[in-house]
Amino acid sequence: MEELIEKLKKEVIEQLNLEDISPEDIDTDSPLFGEGLGLDSIDALELIVLLEKNYGLKIEDPKDGKKIFHSIRTMAEYITEHQKA
Amino acid sequence: MEQLINANIRITPFQVSVNGRTEYQAENFITFAEFIKPFFKSLNLGYPKFYKMDSLSKLGFMAAELMLRQIDLTRYDNNRVGVVLSNSSSSLDTDLAHQQSIQDRSQYFPSPSVFVYTLPNIMIGEISIRHRLKGENAMLISERFDSRLLFTYVNNLFREKKVDVCLTGWVELLNEQFDAFLMAVEPSTATFSGETSGALPFSPETMDELYKTT
Repeated sequence: MEELIEKLKKEVIEQLNLEDISPEDIDTDSPLFGEGLGLDSIDALELIVLLEKNYGLKIEDPKDGKKIFHSIRTMAEYITEHQKA
Repeated sequence: MEQLINANIRITPFQVSVNGRTEYQAENFITFAEFIKPFFKSLNLGYPKFYKMDSLSKLGFMAAELMLRQIDLTRYDNNRVGVVLSNSSSSLDTDLAHQQSIQDRSQYFPSPSVFVYTLPNIMIGEISIRHRLKGENAMLISERFDSRLLFTYVNNLFREKKVDVCLTGWVELLNEQFDAFLMAVEPSTATFSGETSGALPFSPETMDELYKTT
């Protein structure tokens, strides 16, 4: 899980063009949206693309997005759970 | 009431000039991305959204940023600050990037953050968000810098009393070729707030002369 979390942080930085932010700057449990990284609705769409492109996971119900993309940890948990399935 | 060009900005590979004076210069031939990033950082704006913009918006954003340091916007109502820009390639640079991302059906992952820039007036949106401008705006497409087209449009905005000040000019970018030329047009009653040589009459002839010489 920790390895996946570190990988995800790097991927999020790259996918969302988060300049001047390093993986160490992203708290694993902090909310991704709102105050934290200042992500917006377009970033949310980019994260959906990231999951599909890098992990082959398609989010069928948009309502699940809020839970899945709450933090890096919730993203990692979703990936771990659904890739096993 | 006549209008005056109170400030002008030019950004070409790889030089930035304000009212004809060089403000920033890159020493070696580099890519647009390598040029614009240190230029942006040199202004210490603390505006991370810049990094998410497409190249055309970055170019327009930087030109506007310098321009709006030359005029005192606080004396104007934000609802009456106009932005009228033009270029030749529209958003083609980003359109091509988007097209490339959907070329291969087996690797069909269009990027939402690229797609949102496949309209040239998004550049005006970025400038307007940054400076809270809510006045009239337009993005005009012409084969080359067309002073008469811009003059006619902007002059009408003033004549119809739609704007009190207008940012206008040319912001062109395609395949690493780029050229930005912006002017601040104010009524002749406005006091020039820049440092250098004063205002010039707002006319197609003056615009052509400035475009040729800056």
